[in-house]
Amino acid sequence: MRTDFSKPAPPSNDKRWKMIDAAMRRYGHKPHALIETLHTVQSVFGYLDDDAFRYVAASLRVPLSKVYGVATFYHFFRLKPKGEHTCVVCTGTACYIKGANQIMKALEDELGLRAGETTPDNKVSLMTARCVGACGLAPVVVMDEEVVGQMTPDKVLERVQAWRES
Amino acid sequence: MTPDEIRVSAKKYRAERTKKKHHVCVCMAAGCLSAGSDVVKTALEENIEKEGLGDSCEVRGVGCLGLCSAGPLVSLDKERVLYQNVKPHHAGDIIKSLGKEPVKEIQCDLDQPFFISQKKVVLENSGRIDPERIEDYLAVGGYSALIEVLTNWTSSEVVDEVTQSGLRGRGGGGYPTGLKWSTVAKADGTEKYVVCNADEGDPGAFMDRCILESDPHRVIEGMTIASFAVGAKLGYVYVRAEYPLAIDRLRKAIQQAKKFDLLGANILGMPFSFDIEIRLGAGAFVCGEETALIASIEGKRGNPRPRPPYPAERGVRNQPTLINNVETYANIAPIIRHGAEWYSGMGTESSKGTKVFALAGQIKNTGLIEVPMGISLSEIIYEIGGGIPGGKKCKAVQTGGPSGGCIPEEHLNISVDYESLKSLGSIMGSGGMIVIDETANMVDVAQYFMEFCRSESCGKCVPCRVGTVQMHKLLEKISAGDATVDDLTLLIDLCDLVRNTSLCGLGQTAPNPVLSTLRFFRDEYAALLKPSSATAAADE
Repeated sequence: MRTDFSKPAPPSNDKRWKMIDAAMRRYGHKPHALIETLHTVQSVFGYLDDDAFRYVAASLRVPLSKVYGVATFYHFFRLKPKGEHTCVVCTGTACYIKGANQIMKALEDELGLRAGETTPDNKVSLMTARCVGACGLAPVVVMDEEVVGQMTPDKVLERVQAWRES
Repeated sequence: MTPDEIRVSAKKYRAERTKKKHHVCVCMAAGCLSAGSDVVKTALEENIEKEGLGDSCEVRGVGCLGLCSAGPLVSLDKERVLYQNVKPHHAGDIIKSLGKEPVKEIQCDLDQPFFISQKKVVLENSGRIDPERIEDYLAVGGYSALIEVLTNWTSSEVVDEVTQSGLRGRGGGGYPTGLKWSTVAKADGTEKYVVCNADEGDPGAFMDRCILESDPHRVIEGMTIASFAVGAKLGYVYVRAEYPLAIDRLRKAIQQAKKFDLLGANILGMPFSFDIEIRLGAGAFVCGEETALIASIEGKRGNPRPRPPYPAERGVRNQPTLINNVETYANIAPIIRHGAEWYSGMGTESSKGTKVFALAGQIKNTGLIEVPMGISLSEIIYEIGGGIPGGKKCKAVQTGGPSGGCIPEEHLNISVDYESLKSLGSIMGSGGMIVIDETANMVDVAQYFMEFCRSESCGKCVPCRVGTVQMHKLLEKISAGDATVDDLTLLIDLCDLVRNTSLCGLGQTAPNPVLSTLRFFRDEYAALLKPSSATAAADE
């Protein structure tokens, strides 16, 4: 049984851990701050890794299994780093009706990837979103945070090609 | 600040707001922004400076103007002119034309049914005020309902007023809001919570996003009035992490409200305190279910639990908790301002008021609309929506997302209210309305929704976890043309089982898209079936 409840040391000297500390402090290091803390880790580091899990678990005094359970339950959390560029295909109903499947297929064929994977040269990550809420512009693809509406397979491939050549 | 000080400031802001001769309002909601409205706004500002019109014109970033498909939209508030598909190079012409004839080339007809058939209550400020300025909200009468309630009403009077208005939960279920409020008000608990469900998980729905992006203070005002009515000190807004702009505007709005003493300790110097915290969702559809949402607020996996006890008795930290949807809270301030009688004057016998819908899919005018309850679906699709593009025919309208159903063309004369939609095997839902044209295959549509439910099932209860996988497999088999009539019978049996034995709403409603497409488009299923081994043997 663990008796030492002093604050654990961050996994590395990376200054960014201070931001994670600040987020946890805002909620008094209470276990209910787990999801908010994981959001902060992901926005700071881009993804969640084992070091982060262990550090957050120890800091909030939540079992490591629970931290992992929460991180894998929610689709928003990534356990692998993203590529240089991200291409998020919206698979909401409006986009589906307007041909998001064809866009997804074109990207999968071109990049040789499935949703959630990154090209071996680490250039492009292919992802899907449940609905980005821009249904008026369907079909929608989010390319590096930029929401692009009325997409077609040709247009999306052209932009992805430009990324790969850059 | 005291109530009087707020009233004086509001008057000042109102005068400032109308001082300039021309107001050029640019839509800065997510739809138009992604079409480039921010660049248009900068171009307009530059042109005003270039023409030296700074004293008489002002450019304003506003919330959603509704007609997302024609974005970026720019509206001239006082002149009642709307411009569509505005590009930065139009900015010069727009500014030069102020006070003269509008620019015909990009003018959008405001007398078309899309605009005149709507009835705006929740969206009354949307597209009129700058959502990032509390001054704008105060100028149009914002927070006057809260001031009225805090100075002249008792909490039970608030509950009575909401009850009499006939308002029902806008998240989809349609539970009477007043009844929910009175249950929480009566419940015993050391502390109570007010939660706003902004986890708009239905794919194809963006009403809550638009309300939060266009008029966040309205939601804060509604929640604060609710907390006064039920006796809560702390509120949570549970909002999807996928809506960064909405989160950002809500954060700003909360800070501004605190600065004006409209939120926080001793609101307006009175012995009443209420604070709001934001909790980010993390992409789990099931968290729209209230008990799962509570688990998520507590930092846990979003697993639902059996009800009763309902959150009204035991919710966040096992305390009585009021959970309402964004649109429900957005209705509260106007009900207080204009009275329950005014509100219940709109709509039908059992469904009062208005409803916001996100119109999308194969329809000409996609965007955000608000209509009185009781309007017919065909009026929404053919008049407000402008019909189906490309000369195609409408096949069905999908409402209620993965929990809803498809209403076929021949039933489009149905009245939009909770009961009528239910009688056709669909639900009101939160307000996503997807139009499907004749080119779509309904088995595919059912399969799409089942894939969604399969992947979003939290896995806690067996019927939903296993049932959605099996139903999806059967639909795949039917689509591939490998299924027999026995498979279809099995699918129907499974629908029945999953519907009746699942723990929460996700599983209980997951079969709806299958059942409703089977009810109205059975021939499409039948066409894909191959003869069963028994009939094949009999034929031989």
